[in-house]
Amino acid sequence: MGEKKKKIVKTIKVDADKCNGCRACETICSAFHALPRYSSNNPARSRIRVIREPLKDIYVPVYAGEYAKAECMGRDKYVIDGKEYDECAFCRASCSSRDLFIEPDSGLPLKCDMCESDPALEKPLCVQWCLVDALTYEEREEEVEEDAKLDDVETGLESLVNKYGRHKVMDAIARMSKKD
Amino acid sequence: MRYAETGFNLEIDLSRGGIERVQTDPRDTELYLGGLGTNAKILWDRVAPETEPFSPDNLLILSAGLLCGTPAVGCNRTIVSTISPQTLLMAFSMMGGFWAPELKYAGYDKVILRGKSPDLVYLWIHNDKVEIRDASHLRGKGAVETAELIRQELKEPKAQVAAIGVAGENRVYFASIEQGRSSASRGGIGAVMGDKGVKAIAVRGTKDIHIARPIEYMELCNEVLKYIKWRNENPIQGVMPILAGLGSPQEMAVNDEKWHTENFMWGNSRIRRKDFWNEEIEKKWTETMAHARQRLISCYNCPMKCGATLSLPGLPTYMMKCFSKLTYTMAAWSDLDFGLRIAQRATEYGVDAYSTPQVMAFALELYEAGILTEQDMAGLPSGNEERFYWLLDRIVRREGIGDVLADGTYWAAQQIGKGAEAYAHNNIKKHEQLPLKLSMLNPIYFLMYATGEKINITQIEGQFPQTPFPTRAEREAFVKDWFQVPEEKFKHYFLDWELRGEKSIPYYPTVDMCCEIVDWQERMHYIDDALGMCSGLSSFPLKPPYHIHNYPKFISAGAGIDMDEAKLTQAAKRYRTLVRAFNIRRGMRRKDEKPPENHWKKRFPELEKELLDTYYKFKGWNQDGIPTRESLQELDLGYVGEDFLKRGILTDRVDEPSKEISTGK
Repeated sequence: MGEKKKKIVKTIKVDADKCNGCRACETICSAFHALPRYSSNNPARSRIRVIREPLKDIYVPVYAGEYAKAECMGRDKYVIDGKEYDECAFCRASCSSRDLFIEPDSGLPLKCDMCESDPALEKPLCVQWCLVDALTYEEREEEVEEDAKLDDVETGLESLVNKYGRHKVMDAIARMSKKD
Repeated sequence: MRYAETGFNLEIDLSRGGIERVQTDPRDTELYLGGLGTNAKILWDRVAPETEPFSPDNLLILSAGLLCGTPAVGCNRTIVSTISPQTLLMAFSMMGGFWAPELKYAGYDKVILRGKSPDLVYLWIHNDKVEIRDASHLRGKGAVETAELIRQELKEPKAQVAAIGVAGENRVYFASIEQGRSSASRGGIGAVMGDKGVKAIAVRGTKDIHIARPIEYMELCNEVLKYIKWRNENPIQGVMPILAGLGSPQEMAVNDEKWHTENFMWGNSRIRRKDFWNEEIEKKWTETMAHARQRLISCYNCPMKCGATLSLPGLPTYMMKCFSKLTYTMAAWSDLDFGLRIAQRATEYGVDAYSTPQVMAFALELYEAGILTEQDMAGLPSGNEERFYWLLDRIVRREGIGDVLADGTYWAAQQIGKGAEAYAHNNIKKHEQLPLKLSMLNPIYFLMYATGEKINITQIEGQFPQTPFPTRAEREAFVKDWFQVPEEKFKHYFLDWELRGEKSIPYYPTVDMCCEIVDWQERMHYIDDALGMCSGLSSFPLKPPYHIHNYPKFISAGAGIDMDEAKLTQAAKRYRTLVRAFNIRRGMRRKDEKPPENHWKKRFPELEKELLDTYYKFKGWNQDGIPTRESLQELDLGYVGEDFLKRGILTDRVDEPSKEISTGK
């Protein structure tokens, strides 16, 4: 059995029912990520945006996720509790299909980093500024079995052995160990 | 580099179709801050006293406050200034929502409209791209509807739209500008927008707002946020629930309406129904609200949920806040369901929810009294509620009697004659007031009603408890953490204030104390109006997060203008005096400064005279309410003094009376 490792999983729980649509999260996010820190603010640079359609009672805070090189070929439309959400409403991608999570000057993609900083913040600022508790922060520890990862390594090595033979691979590992 | 503000105004000449981006003078920001302050300066400089509200020379200024768009919590107000068709004085109605921060992000502090467009248009401001666009297809559309149509047409769901409804198009004197959950309703500014041929102003901005000293500023913001959280968990003891917390009165959340329904007047501000509220009504109204209310909502960057999205079966969804909830209900002697339903139509029409119900109740009183005849009211339905819908439709379209009523109770009464004036009984400076009639004169409120140039009591009152607490122990508990007071003496004024006996109203607080209290209350509102701060987090509630001690730091760290309490107090006094000077130049005098005659049953003419005499002196105004040359000089308003001298409003000789100036309609 492999070694068990502890890992911290950071989660922001979004309770859209509690969102009051004020966009404080956007304000503070853009201020935090300004250079120098807090020197300016501009929701267009925010890594969280509230998808708001007040007359349809739609409020969805969405965090910037991965950069998508291209638009999706097909789109989804959700209807929940009789409310029809716009296509892409729940998507976190920084994508050319829309103006969310794209730096307005450079056009570079933006991604939520949980307000990474040194020293670390107690909670991401969007959560701290959300007094209505639509955004709450949870940290949980997970134990991860290293075994699973060894399996992955074996698969890789096996293909090398198949290509170069066991000896060459062992020589290479021995040489790498000396360098360390 | 300009901090907190953008340093640019957008000048729109509607007659010529001209658009200009004009850099502003940072020295004006130092002297007048921004928002209302710099609006007042522009109006003084550019709008001559002879200018009529519906003249192309009248300006309509929509301004963001100095700190709007920065992370300062709750700083999102648009201050709209122009000449009011109703009062003929400066109107400075305001709205929260999302428009002002968006304007800042687009790169402008103000939009200044002049001239008149020959055709109905709307403005589209998208960062550096500004267009005047045709709005003929939007004529007659509702204000909320218009905003949606424009967002769709521009394919800009994130654009913020301020729009007028039919009432504004038809220059109804109490027409509003609507914007999402907010509206600038008082003073008939929607009529001026309609007169200029502007249906809406849509804004979208993606630029930065800069902060002078970022770390310091964020610490201030975080302190405010922490205090709001604490205040929300610790409501004030010993006051009615709607005054215990922060924000504007939480009408959308609260179901217990005993206080409003039994203390405010019904009909045309006539009858107090002391035994109105009971369990059955509470149950029914609570159900009405629960069914209608979809969500409690906020303005930009504010945790207070003062507004709500309302959706009633069979009607389009709309948004509401505060006392609009009950004004239609109470004017019509009806129930909450009716009030919320007619308010939906009124919001689309774009009318003020204080004046409109009163105007309609006034019309029905005149009809019952035989002053308005069958002929005047031809077509009037027989059902009570139907009558209100009927009147509302005619007023906003200026059809028949609606054309007369659309000028508000004061001007309508003048036109109708036959003793109608006595029915327009709830006005100050020609403008309808909240429906309140009380028993004993309150000297603090007397001064606020008489001299408040915003002409709306909720926009001058605040911070100081409305009534004394019964026991000294309760008062001591209250002042213990009352750090917002400008000076310690205010705590003593409150500690000694009793419900009965020697130290009770009307003779306590003393005249001098009243002057100081009212001056503090008004000062905080004026500071809010320049910074764009919502009074719900500042000047209105008890023990607010923003106050005279932290505001100078916000301005210093945010805008990079060196500020302390004395300098801020002086700045607020400067533009407050400039607002007065503008109105004085248009003919306002002491004779105009009085609450409705029947506001209190027990009046004290001598005390009232002394109050006004002393307050005028305290403010640096002469006995006619005109700022003196010395006080103008002291406030760097020497140019106002010169103008007053030239026009004969002030003379070189102290004992010579000033010349009467009257502005016609």
